[in-house]
Amino acid sequence: MVLVYSDNKDLMLELLAKGSELAKELNKSLTAVIIGNDECSKEYIAHGADKVIVAETDLKDSKAEEFSDILESIAKEDDSEIILIGSNKNGKEIAPRLASKFETGCCTDCINVYLKDKKLVAERIVYSGNAVAVEQFTTTPQIVTIPSKVFDALPKDDGHKGEVVTKKIDVKKSSSKIVNVQELKTEGANVEDAEIIVSCGRGLKDKNDIKMIHDLAEVLKGRTVGCSRPIAADLKWLPEDHWIGLSGHKVKPKLYIAAGISGQIQHIAGMRDSGIIVAINKDPEALIFKSADYGIVGDLYEVLPKLTDAIKTKMG
Amino acid sequence: MNIVVCAKQVVDVSEIKVDSKTNKPILAGVPHKISDIDKNAMEEAIKIKEKHGGKITVLTLGSADAKEKIKELLAMGADEGILLPEPENHDYFMTSQILASAIKKIGEYDIVLCGEASIDLFSGQIGPRVAGILNIPQITYAQNVTVEKEKIVSERNLGDKAVTIESSFPVLVTVTKEINEPRLPSLMQILAAANKPIHDWSLDDVGSGGIEPKILTIDIKGVSMERKNVIYQDDIDDSVGKLVDNLAKEGVLR
Repeated sequence: MVLVYSDNKDLMLELLAKGSELAKELNKSLTAVIIGNDECSKEYIAHGADKVIVAETDLKDSKAEEFSDILESIAKEDDSEIILIGSNKNGKEIAPRLASKFETGCCTDCINVYLKDKKLVAERIVYSGNAVAVEQFTTTPQIVTIPSKVFDALPKDDGHKGEVVTKKIDVKKSSSKIVNVQELKTEGANVEDAEIIVSCGRGLKDKNDIKMIHDLAEVLKGRTVGCSRPIAADLKWLPEDHWIGLSGHKVKPKLYIAAGISGQIQHIAGMRDSGIIVAINKDPEALIFKSADYGIVGDLYEVLPKLTDAIKTKMG
Repeated sequence: MNIVVCAKQVVDVSEIKVDSKTNKPILAGVPHKISDIDKNAMEEAIKIKEKHGGKITVLTLGSADAKEKIKELLAMGADEGILLPEPENHDYFMTSQILASAIKKIGEYDIVLCGEASIDLFSGQIGPRVAGILNIPQITYAQNVTVEKEKIVSERNLGDKAVTIESSFPVLVTVTKEINEPRLPSLMQILAAANKPIHDWSLDDVGSGGIEPKILTIDIKGVSMERKNVIYQDDIDDSVGKLVDNLAKEGVLR
C-alpha cells in the first residue's frame, strides 16, 4: 500500500496526487492518515484516497514520539510499501523517527519521486542548491517527505469511492510534554502562492525602508513581499513567513524581483524555480546577477522609486 | 550533566565550484569544516555545562583528518572527542545507528545535542533517528533551551507558531542557527585542547560492523540555472526603462 500523512490539508492533497500515481503503477491502494479529528476525510477521498484512517488521539498538537508510533502501527497493519509525509517541520521530525523504527531508508525534502524497477527513487537538493542527489531505496517501507508546491493536487472527483476507518491507537506516552503553543505574529503573507514577489536583503539600511519594497509590490499588483535570511532571522524586520530560501519558503512566482540581495546559494535555492528573475544590486559582482534574467547595477534607493514609477506609468 | 554533541565534518558548501561542462559540483579539494549548526549545538552544550557542570563529549563519524576539526570543538569547551570511521556508501540509517550505538556505549548521558541539519546534505534526519533508536524524547528546531536540574524547557520554532516543550532526561535536542553565536576559542584554549583526548573507536567497538545502507545514492546531478543574464550597468533611468520594456514583453506586467 501507499500511505500518505501530513497535518497540513493543502499539502495532503498534493501528496495524494503523487500517491495515487505511485499506487496505480504498483497496482496498490492509497491510504490517507488523519491523526486527530476527522475534518477532511471526504475531501481526501475525492482527491484520490481509497481509504482514510482516522487515528483518534487526545494529543492536541503534533509530537514526534507519539505520532511516529501511531504511524508505525498503521503502516504495519496497512502493509505500507511507500510512505509520503508532508515536509513541514512536524513532518520532517516524524519521518526520520518513523524510519528508525522500521530500520529503513528515508529521504527528506524531495523535489521528485518516481519508481524505477518497482523501487522508489527520490531526488533532493544537496550542497546548498549546487546539486541534486538521486537516491534509490533498497528496503521497505520507503519513506519520503515532500515540501508543498512540488506536486499539484488532482482535481476533485466526487465520484471516487473510499472508506473511512476510525481507530483508537494506544501508544506509549512520551516523557516530554507540550506546555505552550504560541501563534507567531504573521501578516498572513503566503509567499508560496504568490505570482509576483518583490524581495529584499541586506542592501536595506533601515526597517522603515521596507516601504519601498511594498510600494513596488503594490504597483505590480503582486503585493507580496519576500526577504532573505538576515531580514527575517537576524534583524527580524519581517516575520518568518516572508523568508525565502533553503531554510525558509520555496517559491515559484511568475516574476521575482530581488533588491539588495547578494544571492547566497541558500537564497537562490528558495527562488530558483521562479519564472522571470530580476536583480537590483549596487555590486556588479553580486552572485544574484548570475541567477537573474534581468539586472540593474545600481543603488536600490535610487532604482526602486524609479522602477515603481516607470511600472506605474507603463501599466497605466 | 553529561552532554553528547554530535558533530559532522562537511565540505564548506560556500567553496564548492561547479563544473561548467557537466554542471556537477566539484567536491575534490574543497576545504572541510565542522557543520555550522553543529557548532551552535556545541555552544549550547558549553552554556549548559557552565551552569550545571558535567562533561561534554563530541561524537563524530568521519575520516582520520576530522580529528583536526574535533580539536576546534575541544578548544571551544568540549572535554573529549570520539571519532568513528565513516563506512563507504553510508546513509542516514547507518550514520544514526552508529552514533546511537556509540552513545549507548558512552552510557551515562542526559542530553544529546545536534544541529537541526548539516549544511552539506541538509536532511535533518540524524537527530530524530538517533532519538528514535535510543527511544528517548526529541525536541527539534530548538530556538532556545533552558536547563534546570530535573528538566529541560525548550521552544521550537515552527514558522507559524512556537511550541514550548518540557522534557525530563535523557533527551535529544536539535538546535537552529539562531539559538546562539558560537564562541571563538582563545589562543590559550586552542593550546590546551591539544591535551584533551580524542578516542578512536571502530565500528566493531560499538557493535555496528557489517552494517548495510538502506538507500543508495545513484547519482549526484548538476542543476542547470540558465537565465538570460541581461544586466544593465549604465544610466539608471535608461536601465529602468529598458527593464520595464522587457518585463512587458515577457508578459509579467498585467
